[in-house]
Amino acid sequence: MTAWLIRLGRNTLDGVEALGQAGIFLAQSVIGWPSREGLRLWLRQMHFVGVMSLAIVLVSGLFIGMVLALQGYTILVDFGAADALGQMVALSLLRELAPVVAALLFAGRAGSALTAEIGLMKATEQLSSMEMIGVDPLRRVVAPRLWAGFVSLPLLTIGFSVVGIWGGQLVGVDWLGVFEGSYWGNMQASVNFIDDVGNGLVKSLVFALVVTWIAVYQGYALIPTSEGISRATTRTVVYSSLAVLGLDFILTAVMFGNFA
Amino acid sequence: MTEKPFVEIEDLRFSRGKSEIFRGMSLAIPKGKITAIMGPSGTGKTTLLKLIGGQLVPDSGRVIIDGHDVNALSRRALFQLRRRMGMLFQSGALFSDLSVFENVAFPLRVHTNLPEAMVRDLVLMKLEAVGLRGARSLMPSELSGGMARRVALARAIALDPELIMYDEPFVGQDPVSMGVLVQLIKRINDALGLTAIVVSHDIKEAMSIADYVYVIADGVVMGQGTPEALNTEDNPRVRQFIHGEPDGPVPFHYPAAGYAADLMGTEGTR
Amino acid sequence: MKRSKWMELGVGLFMLAGVLGLVFLGLRVSGLSFEAPQNTFQLEANFGNTGGLKPRSRVTMAGVTVGRVQSISLDTEWLDARVVLSLNADLENKLPEDTTAAILTSGLLGEQYIGLSVGGAPDMLADGDRIRDTQSALVLEELIQQFISQAIED
Repeated sequence: MTAWLIRLGRNTLDGVEALGQAGIFLAQSVIGWPSREGLRLWLRQMHFVGVMSLAIVLVSGLFIGMVLALQGYTILVDFGAADALGQMVALSLLRELAPVVAALLFAGRAGSALTAEIGLMKATEQLSSMEMIGVDPLRRVVAPRLWAGFVSLPLLTIGFSVVGIWGGQLVGVDWLGVFEGSYWGNMQASVNFIDDVGNGLVKSLVFALVVTWIAVYQGYALIPTSEGISRATTRTVVYSSLAVLGLDFILTAVMFGNFA
Repeated sequence: MTEKPFVEIEDLRFSRGKSEIFRGMSLAIPKGKITAIMGPSGTGKTTLLKLIGGQLVPDSGRVIIDGHDVNALSRRALFQLRRRMGMLFQSGALFSDLSVFENVAFPLRVHTNLPEAMVRDLVLMKLEAVGLRGARSLMPSELSGGMARRVALARAIALDPELIMYDEPFVGQDPVSMGVLVQLIKRINDALGLTAIVVSHDIKEAMSIADYVYVIADGVVMGQGTPEALNTEDNPRVRQFIHGEPDGPVPFHYPAAGYAADLMGTEGTR
Repeated sequence: MKRSKWMELGVGLFMLAGVLGLVFLGLRVSGLSFEAPQNTFQLEANFGNTGGLKPRSRVTMAGVTVGRVQSISLDTEWLDARVVLSLNADLENKLPEDTTAAILTSGLLGEQYIGLSVGGAPDMLADGDRIRDTQSALVLEELIQQFISQAIED
């Protein structure tokens, strides 16, 4: 029993310590950054992290918008409320699905790649040799990737919403025959730019921070063997998915919960 | 060794997890000479180089480079000091996203504001010194192991350091590229007058270029001296290592229970 | 060098597309318009019950949206709800004093909004004036209760 308590205590302390290390790591990487060279490195990472994730995010967004319209229509039409389809599609996408699904896809596509890439640089001693040359790898390797992640995910989320709403129109209006005017009109009447679009973007900013942070830290702190890299990559996807879904509940409760 | 040594290590202790890697080791690296640090695998030779470079912090003891206590320096001052050191990693550790040319130019670009033409001249000079001027536009993935190590050597000397550290430079090389590397290290040292530390367990090659040799084992210095002196050393552990005898004071067997008892017994099948 | 040019172009397009997407979400999806917000004027109206009315709900006249609800608060003097409406400035001094404001529901279960209907008084409402004639929200439960109690009495 006491052994169990001691183990619990030690695990808690270890967890807090790891969190502290990750926090210091984040602060050291992000603070004091802009330079011409840094901008060039950031641009390069924007390409790998953002542009390369665009295809999967847009295609998923299109399908999710189409499915939403199809499912929503069959439910709404029973209440004679098929005109509210636009409202339903847009609100579900903007408030919930776009930030969350884009973040999950981002964790799988870009997050795991970031972990593996940095882990491989560690395993091949590139990070060490950079340090010996007198260049801080946190600034040179980690910071551009973190910033690219912070900027990319909100942009990808916007793309996801736009394509999803368009996909909803494709199915709802062009296929199922909802009147185009009421699809867009109901949407415009019910969507509020600050509350819905704005809060969705705040969500995706938080997710961007968490997912990129987890991915980069897992890469930087992993054990530099092939097994270590594969484990860290898995951890990145698992931890960031859990973090995204958990944080989503908290953020939703704060933003749309109407507790006041 | 009348001159003040360039690197001094005093009573160094370092442990990783539960295993003690260094237990009070002291050694001195003379200036302008090639010093070889040899020892069996797993004695923490690479760890020693990382401690000298300030990438790891010892549990106790001091590492002094040219009068500076490495672990008492601020992060900024440490990075300043590292500009005076070069290190050749076991795998070469070339940046895989940069070409050979850019790899060698990297230290110049981050530490100096030289005009592009001058950077180009310097890089080509260094590449010429390692015989790879023709390979400048290749990517690291297109190089053989020996070539990668030579490019890494060119990068390590790009800023004309005062101290250069070689981590197992001969491991996994075919006889030809091994010979090339031995020649290169010797020649570069003679030409530039640097202080060099070669960490290796390739006895013949290391002994052939070293001016002074330390043999480490069990976290302490086991023997030291010039290569000639070590060849006639009496200490049985040093003898065993220098002459490559398979069994001796350093046992061939990992510690285990009696062989016969183990074969007859049933436990230990896990 | 060629490759990095393409990369920069790609990243540039990516960010541009993001900004355009945001503009689309603003204009087409949320129906934002760039009318300057200062050309509005305020009217007050007190209601016995605002039901499901919310800030930013629509204010309509003859079915046309002419403004939004700006704020809803409890009037501590009369213990009813004070609603501040913000209306298009071109209606200033054009609404008669006896204009009626009613809280209506779009459809059976839809959102609630305020409908204005015009009276015939000679004096006009100016900025900050109060609409006296108001009609509270219809609360469905109360309606049903009334209906049931009448049915029992019959």
